[in-house]
Amino acid sequence: MPRYAYQPFPYKKPPELDGAVARQYPVAIAGAGPVGLSMAVDLALRGVPSVVLDDNDVVSLGSRAICWSKRTLEIFDRLGIGERMVAKGITWKVGRLFHRDREVWSFDLLPEEGHKMPAFINLQQYYVEQYLVERCADFPDLIDLRWKNRVNGVRSHHTGARLAVEAPGGAYHLDAAWVIACDGARSPMRSFMGLDFEGRVFEERFLIADVEMRADFPSERWFWFEPPFHPGQSALLHKQPDNIYRIDLQLGPDADPDQEKRHENVIPRIEKIIGHGDFELDWVSVYMFQCRRLERFVHGRVVFAGDSAHIVSPFGARGGNGGIQDVDNLGWKLALIVKGEAPESLIETYDEERVRGADENILNSSRSTSFMTPKSKMEKLFRDSVLDLAADHEFARRLVNSGRLSRPCSLEGLSLQTPGAAEGIAPGQAMPDAPVQCEGRPGWLLEYFGGGFALMAVGCAPPPGLPAGLPVIEIWPDENLAGAEARIVLRDAEGLVADRYGAGVICLVRPDQHIAATFVAPHADEIALAYARAMGREH
Amino acid sequence: MTDKDEIGRDRLDTAGDDFYALLMQAHEGLSFEESARLNARLVLLLANRVGDLDALRAALAAAKK
Ligand SMILES: Cc1cc2nc3c(=O)[nH]c(=O)nc-3n(C[C@H](O)[C@H](O)[C@H](O)COP(=O)(O)OP(=O)(O)OC[C@H]3O[C@@H](n4cnc5c(N)ncnc54)[C@H](O)[C@@H]3O)c2cc1C
Repeated sequence: MPRYAYQPFPYKKPPELDGAVARQYPVAIAGAGPVGLSMAVDLALRGVPSVVLDDNDVVSLGSRAICWSKRTLEIFDRLGIGERMVAKGITWKVGRLFHRDREVWSFDLLPEEGHKMPAFINLQQYYVEQYLVERCADFPDLIDLRWKNRVNGVRSHHTGARLAVEAPGGAYHLDAAWVIACDGARSPMRSFMGLDFEGRVFEERFLIADVEMRADFPSERWFWFEPPFHPGQSALLHKQPDNIYRIDLQLGPDADPDQEKRHENVIPRIEKIIGHGDFELDWVSVYMFQCRRLERFVHGRVVFAGDSAHIVSPFGARGGNGGIQDVDNLGWKLALIVKGEAPESLIETYDEERVRGADENILNSSRSTSFMTPKSKMEKLFRDSVLDLAADHEFARRLVNSGRLSRPCSLEGLSLQTPGAAEGIAPGQAMPDAPVQCEGRPGWLLEYFGGGFALMAVGCAPPPGLPAGLPVIEIWPDENLAGAEARIVLRDAEGLVADRYGAGVICLVRPDQHIAATFVAPHADEIALAYARAMGREH
Repeated sequence: MTDKDEIGRDRLDTAGDDFYALLMQAHEGLSFEESARLNARLVLLLANRVGDLDALRAALAAAKK
């Protein structure tokens, strides 16, 4: 299998440099990483055009993000690349933890059946970006992807923002009603606007290497504390497609990154792990990890998403996954605002909901990084004691922290959600998937949600007099039981929808597949109220 | 259930991570000696809170192993 072949994307002279009359675009996106590209696709699916500006013309150099979580895959499925990612990626669900030379414990991430997407796949970030770029090409009238267009400055006003852009043919200004800053961890947009990026930097250095080799390591996450091949430190081995393995090695705070990156120094370290020298180095980098975020993600008409808004250490795979959840949250809100269907204040709920997500990710990633890098002699004693006790005791195994893997963020209790009346699923949760049938064809519940708002009625019919334009999806053990109002009728093929949501429960589902409200035998007015609230029209 | 299982059974669930973080925080900035004293006080307090000599014997045995 050949290594990934980087193909530069073609530069096209932007119309502004070709004498076109300047106009205001609805949305400009700064940065074409996974977050910026997903943003453009999400908006296009909702009919909103965007211009995407990227200073580079290739996908991610090096694999960077490799672990994509189930919720992210569900979002990517909605965007149209989920199945392709799963087909190419390595599906895994088992993780093993070792201390010195013994296995301490192992975990299985998704024992529950009946979900379209697996718990996790590993797929190099460059593939994800490539698939997204190709997906963008499906919307030639809606996505204007501009490579080698660097954003050099921004001036924001109350009806939009003006970007200063530099391209190979010259410099120009671009006006947009909304600017989404997806320009990564070092975000120039953040600096242009003079915004603080608060948080914590871990002094520890980590070597990250992609190694190409033929080997039969299983598709599992292997994590070592103080392995014999790398005394006193931690190590991680994880398989990617194309016979590539990700290896992380903790190096300590005093390691010299330039020295450590040299292949003659990396190769012996890797030989010690895998026991032979029959491999090739694909990518090597040395990182210091940070957990930081902007205080606010919304600054007038400039909105931050992905690494520009928050960064975490990679243990737990919460960086890229968190960024894709930003997109999921922002896309529909921005589309409603741009189309004048929701008040501009709806954007504030992006800040509210995704700050919660970022804090959850920062908390978990900081704890994992701390566990791996004890700061004092006493911290180290505690850490070692947990590992010692883990051999015999369940409670200690649960304290061993090599990364708490990314989970969907619950939006429960935040302003768009109506506090739950029903039993079953809580408002704010992302919808759990389940197998369904539509006119005899098997499919998945989530495939029917994610366009606009919708009402899901599980084994019951909703009341008459529903708000106009709110489609109803009824789910029954037998389709013939469905009421006349249903736009779509699904069969609860294995009874799992009723199990996971509660029989007789009606859910108001947001365009990002999160539950906004739940009801049992509601009056139509209650639904209308929750619907208005979820659109930010009332509080 | 044997004594050993009982002493090792997880009772904190996801709060385990919260407790561990609080514990590390409590030790932050202390000298090794001060940290050891903090641990001693903590053991005494927790032992009283457990309030069951058999459970404490089992904990001592598990810790000494
Ligand atoms: C070693 C490592 C391992 C990781 N592992 C995982 C993992 O397993 N799972 C996971 O979910 N996450 C992981 N991450 C995190 C993940 O890589 C990031 O969260 C993700 O890349 C963020 O995407 P983004 O689009 O916000 O930013 P980026 O991917 O950084 O993209 C930003 C884009 O903006 C462009 N840009 C920058 N400045 C300008 C400008 N002035 N004008 C125009 N364009 C500009 C850049 O060229 C780039 O294309 C890992 C990160 C690292 C470093």
